[in-house]
This record gives sequence, structure tokens and C-alpha cells, in this order.
Amino acid sequence: MNAELIARWQFGITTIYHFLFVPITISLSMLVAVLQTIWLKTKNDRYLKLTKFYGNLFLINFALGVVTGIVQEFQFGMNWSEYSRFVGDIFGAPLALEALIAFFMESTFVGLWIFGWGRLPEKIHLATIYLTAIATMLSAVFILAANSFMQNPVGATYNPQTHRAELTDFGAVLTNPVFKATVMHQIPACFLVGGALIASIAFWQLSKVANGRRTTAITDAAEVEEARTWRWATKFGAWVLIISGALTALSGDTMGKAMVDAQPMKMASAEAAYETTSDFSILTIGKLDGSAPIFTIKVPGMLGFLSNGKWGSTIEGINELKDVDLKNYAYENKYGKQTPLQSSYQEVLRDHIAKDGIELTPIIPVTYWAFRIMITLGIIAILAGVVMLVWLAKDRNPKRMRWLSAVLILIPLSPLFANSFGWLFTEMGRQPWIVAGVLPTTEGVSPGVSAASVLTSVIVYTLIYGILAIVEVGLFFKAVRKGLPDVAPTAHDHDEDEDAPLSFAY
Amino acid sequence: MFPILEIAHSPLTPVWFILIAVLWIGFFFLEGFDFGVAMLLPFLGKDETDKRVMVNTIGPTWDANEVWLITAGGAMFAAFPGWYASLFSGLYLPLLLVLLGLIIRGVSFEYRSKHPSSKWRNTFDWMATIGSFLPTLVLGVGFANFVRGIALGPKATLNGDFPVVTTSFWGLFTPFALIGGLLFVILFCAHGAGFIALKTTGHMHDRAGRTATRLGWLAALLMAAWAVMFNTMYAPANGTQHLLTWILAVLAVLLVAVAALLSSRERDGFAFILNGAAIAVMMAAMFVKMWVNIGFRPVGVPFDMWIASSSPYTLKIMTIAACVMVPIVLIYQAWSYWVFRQRISRDSIPSDAVHA
Repeated sequence: MNAELIARWQFGITTIYHFLFVPITISLSMLVAVLQTIWLKTKNDRYLKLTKFYGNLFLINFALGVVTGIVQEFQFGMNWSEYSRFVGDIFGAPLALEALIAFFMESTFVGLWIFGWGRLPEKIHLATIYLTAIATMLSAVFILAANSFMQNPVGATYNPQTHRAELTDFGAVLTNPVFKATVMHQIPACFLVGGALIASIAFWQLSKVANGRRTTAITDAAEVEEARTWRWATKFGAWVLIISGALTALSGDTMGKAMVDAQPMKMASAEAAYETTSDFSILTIGKLDGSAPIFTIKVPGMLGFLSNGKWGSTIEGINELKDVDLKNYAYENKYGKQTPLQSSYQEVLRDHIAKDGIELTPIIPVTYWAFRIMITLGIIAILAGVVMLVWLAKDRNPKRMRWLSAVLILIPLSPLFANSFGWLFTEMGRQPWIVAGVLPTTEGVSPGVSAASVLTSVIVYTLIYGILAIVEVGLFFKAVRKGLPDVAPTAHDHDEDEDAPLSFAY
Repeated sequence: MFPILEIAHSPLTPVWFILIAVLWIGFFFLEGFDFGVAMLLPFLGKDETDKRVMVNTIGPTWDANEVWLITAGGAMFAAFPGWYASLFSGLYLPLLLVLLGLIIRGVSFEYRSKHPSSKWRNTFDWMATIGSFLPTLVLGVGFANFVRGIALGPKATLNGDFPVVTTSFWGLFTPFALIGGLLFVILFCAHGAGFIALKTTGHMHDRAGRTATRLGWLAALLMAAWAVMFNTMYAPANGTQHLLTWILAVLAVLLVAVAALLSSRERDGFAFILNGAAIAVMMAAMFVKMWVNIGFRPVGVPFDMWIASSSPYTLKIMTIAACVMVPIVLIYQAWSYWVFRQRISRDSIPSDAVHA
């Protein structure tokens, strides 16, 4: 194994792991803020209980998101130093701005929110969770700006004096069509997870409390209130799930078109479309070397609609895109154009290709299946939201059933893994490039770092991430089972007495 | 080899060198006491309540303090991609240790209170302690090596010869580097004890004050040894710079000593500020040495802060962003310290042990 391959595995493992916490953090922080707003407006304890219950789940998840995020920022320099040096002039800025604008805001205000119960005036305390939520979204926006540059490197040019890419137009980086489409796709995709999480946990709690009885048939007043609380939370989560699902699907369509424009090979490989075609593949089994299909089921014409907005129009196939004259290689978008960075770097790139050759196709089975699994899991999540809503209609409540509990665990995992597979697709589909059409991934690695060093760090991260996953899942389930917290008011609100107990302490 | 470059030197490059120094100083001033508090957990905390008092002095603010490091890293990436690339890839294993420490430490603060068992809590307390000790020690060793200058040599890439670190992992552990590492550990422990003294009342306050005094004197001794070695073995070639590193190093020694004296007289606030100032001055001395060479000794490959720097256009954008955002960040971070200004005592710790 060489350092590049291990470094790629490391990036995959650490990024996908980190991104298990990101969608939950982004969506739950905002949804908890909404719950807390409803409590402040209604002063109904039900919503305070929900705020604290889901707030606690958010915090358990947040801690791991923070610590695994540090690795992400350091990893570029450690494993991909030539990439970092080469594009740092463009790529570094969003990362620095993310830390300066988003991370400071998020970490300061989440501390104020956790420890600020009863100490800050209510409205200011509410503002702290909104600021936390906004900061997590800003963080996503900066990272997507950086990532979109790798997919479609606009706003930069190659400087032969400094031997690197340099920023020429920051506005172009921020208006990158891939960036705009990705933000619109990623943010609702996060809420898909948050909605599913809130709904399925509430649904499970409801099955425990009501155990199949209609709410009107429950006699104990406390149980009635609890059933109502969870019914409300299920519906709230399910609606978030369904609405964000619709937005994710719509923006996914836009994103697909932006992708076809900038990275024709990615869409062709997502479809395992070996020859020019307009058919959307429902199922394609291809040779593993990615050269030809063996068996396919298709919807004629649909791919043209998804890619170009016109039913029956075609996209170029893998083989056309691949069989080009490598001596005069030039990366081109759908319209045969190049970004300034792609064209200015072309000569250096040709030297590399002359020396080392280049395999222009990504690993087709990975892109093809990741793309499909993403879509399938997303649809399953939305359907689960609809099923839960229908189930609760006419005052019906679910029964305690073992299979139901098992399914309810899978429901939030479905959109969560849809996120993972989406990223797997978009990053693997970018290959062989670390910056599309400019720098091949092989050239981005750290020239001075040995395979043994990278392997050591992969092993260390995998071990510690594995242990942390067990701890986190354990804590998460424990918190879920514990149910709604007691919210009896404390006597010490706004107390200046030094010896009054803290409203919250580690 | 890169050709001899005719790059116009942007006046913003030095500005960003200074800004990065400021970010590191901010990080060590703030996270220094967080590290110290966590390192002292097993030694100052006699029982569970003591430990909770200690952890809760930094509870609401440690996370934002750590962001100073993330921002320093991000700013190096954005303003000096060459610095970031050579440094982070060159010090691979030390950085892995730092990351490992930061991961287990960050988790332990959040998770320790989620389970009532003392075994659970002790485990996370030790993770906090080890996770604070590792980055402190490694960064102390690291910065001593920047003062000495880490050797760089050329390595071929598609884009020409790239400067890579040629000093081996074990080659980093010179006597000066070991003194540097030890100094960071003791100095931050003293800083942490001073912070606990400032933020608590009762027995914990008294005990922390005594610890701050003792560790403070020890830190002053180490700082003196560091100052002499710095200025005799690894002095800057330039006379003005050398004068400056002498002045700053001696000032750092004096500040630590006065802080120790003040904490013995229970002037907690002054002692804490002076100890923090000592950290800042010590860091400033090191960055004076790193001026232009940014902590490296390149052999056979040209490398300095001008070569490592981003383009003037990127620096301009970053400068505007920093001018707008840094004051805002400072204001709300200061506000969060103001909100949590109350001292904590054993009575402040709520009796309901679990918050899961």
C-alpha cells in the first residue's frame, strides 16, 4: 500500500465519521431553538421538556462533532501538503473564515446556552441557541464553498512563478454554481436527519406511554399529557422530515444539472452510462473494470431531463469522455469550456500525464451504487415520515412492539446514511482529480510523509473513533430511554447569591 | 528548485505573520489555563465535588478557547499555505499526538457528567488530564524547535521542489526542546492553578493559591533556564532582534516570578493576569526569532515567510474579514466570561449528580 491510498482511506474514514455528527448538529440546534421559541411564546412546560430532552441529545452529538472536526482541518496539511500548498491561496480562506466566523460563534454561544439556563434573561438565552444554530450552518456554507472549488475550480488562475493556483476573483468562488446548488441540497438534507430523529424517538416514546390506546382512552392525567407531548413531537418531526425531503429532492435536481455542466464524467459514472444516452438507469450491472455494461433496466429519456432539463436529450457516455487524446489532454465541461485555472495549468498537467499517464474514470460501481443508495435512503426517510403521520391520524397511537422499536432505530439512520453516501458519491465521482481538471489526486499527497506514518494515524483514529462511537451511542440511547426531564422551576433564577447551586454543571 | 522569485513582497504578509502570532498567544493565554486546570485534576481535586468545582470553572468557556488554535491553524493555511503545508506534514507524529489529546479531552468534559458511576468519571477525568498534558508538552517541544529552526530539504513534486522537513522525530528532542516542553507544562499548570484560585472560594481557593505559588516559582526557574539557552544557543543573528529576544525573555521570567509572589499574597486577579502576560511575552520572544524564517532552516531549497505567503489579493480579503470579525469575536467572548464571572464553591455544585 502506498501513502496516497492510505491517505485517501483516512480521509474517507475520518470525513464520513465526522459527517455523521454534522447533519444532526446543524438540524437539531435549529429545531431545538424552534422548540424553545414555542415554549417562550406559550409558556407551556411541554415544550420546555422537549427543548431540554432534544437539547441534551444535540449536546451529546455536538461534542463528538467538535472533536472529530479538528482532525479535518489538520489533515489537509498532514496528508495532503502539496494540495494545501498548491490551492491554499484559495482553499485556505474559507477554512480560516469558518474558524473565525462560525467556530468562535458556535463554541461561545453553545457554552452560554448550556450553562445559561436561569442565569441569562430568557430572550437572551433563546438568542444563544439561535446563534449556535446559525453558526453551525455558516460553518457548512464555508466548507461547501471550499469543496465546490475542488469540484469546479472557478475564480483562480495558475501562477507559473509561484507554481501554484492563486485567487483572482473571490466573488466567483462564492457564486460558483456548484456551490449554490450544493448548499441548497445539503442544508435540507441535514434537516431530513433532524426531523427523522425527532419524529422516530417521539414515536417510540409514544408507543411506550400509550401502548396502542387512543389518547382519549388513557385515564392517568400525567400519561395523557405525556402522550400528547410525544404526539406533537412526532408530527413536528415528521413535517420537518417531509418538507425538507421535498426541498432536498428539488435541489438535488438542480445540483445534478450543475454537476453535469462542470463534471460530465461524474454524471456519466453515476449512471454507469458507458455510451452517450438519454436513459435513466434503474439498474445497471457492469464489468468491474468499468468498461461496459452487462445488464441494464432503463427509463428512456429521463436522464436527459435530469441532466439538461429536456426529456430525451443526451449526456456523453463514459467511453466518449474517456477516449480522448491524452497527449493534448484538456479537461472540459459540458460545453467544451475550461475554467481559467484549468486552462492555465494545462501544460503542467500534460507533463504529468506524459510521465505517469492518467485513468480518467472514477470507480464506476462505487459512484453508481452510492448515487442510488443515497436516493433510495432519502425516499425511505420521507415515506417513513408519511407513515408516522398517517398512523397518528384519528387519535391513534402505536403499540409497544419489538419490530417497531427496531424499525424506529433505522429511520433516522436512513437519511443520515443518505448523507454519507451522497458525499461518498460526490468525492469518489471527482476522481482521479483532487481539483477537477487541474491537480490529480496522486499529486496532492505530502511528499515527505511515509506510508507508515499515515498508516499509524489511520489506526489511531479508527481505534479511538470506534471507542467514542460506542460511548456516544450508549449515552444517546440512555438519554432517549430516560424520556422527558423534570422541569420544576428552580428557586435560584437570576440569583446573585454566590453559594446558589449552578443551574447546570458538568 | 524554484527559480529565484521576483515576487512583490506584500505589506500584508508581515501583518499576517503578526496576526498568527497573536492567535497563538491568545490560544496559549486562554487554553493555557484550561490545560492547566485539567492537568491538575488528579492532584488538586480531593474528591468528586472538588473535581466538579475545577471542571466547572472552565466548563462554559474551554471550547471557545480551543477555537483559537483552530483559527491559528486556519489562518496559517489561508495566509501562509507553504508554512501550513511544510509544518503540518513535517511534524506528522507530534501533531497526531496533539490531535489525540484534543479529541479525548474535548469529549471528556462533555461526557463526564453523563453517568453517575465514579469509575466512569475517573476515566474521563484521566482522559482530560492526559489529553491536556499531551498537547501542552508537544507544543512546548514544538515551539522550542521553531526557535532552533527545523531543517528543511527539497523533495520533487509535479510543481517543482517542495520544502519538506528533514529533522527526524527523535531529532526534535534536544535539551532545549525538553526544557521548552517542561516549561509549557509547569507554566500552564501554574496558570491553571491561578485561574482556579481566581474562580473559586473556600478550601479549593486556598489550595489552588498555594499550588499556583509553588508551581509559579518552579516555572520562573525553568523560564530563566529557557531564556538563557534561547539567547546563547539559538540567538537571532540580527542584533536588534537579539536585543529584543533578551528583553522579552527576561521580562517573561520577571512576570512569572512576580505572579508567583502575588499569588502567595492572595492577589489572585493580578497574579493570573501577570502569569498570562508572561505566557504572551514568552510567545512574543519566540515569534521574534521566527520572523521571516518562520521556524525553519532550509537547506538547498529557498523558503521563508515571503515564499510561504498567500497572494496579496487573498491577504487583502482575509485582512478585511479579520478587521471586521476579530473585534466582534473578542466582544462576545469577553461577554461570556462576564456572564460566568461568579466564583464557584463546593456549594455551587448541584446535588443531582446526573444530567443525562
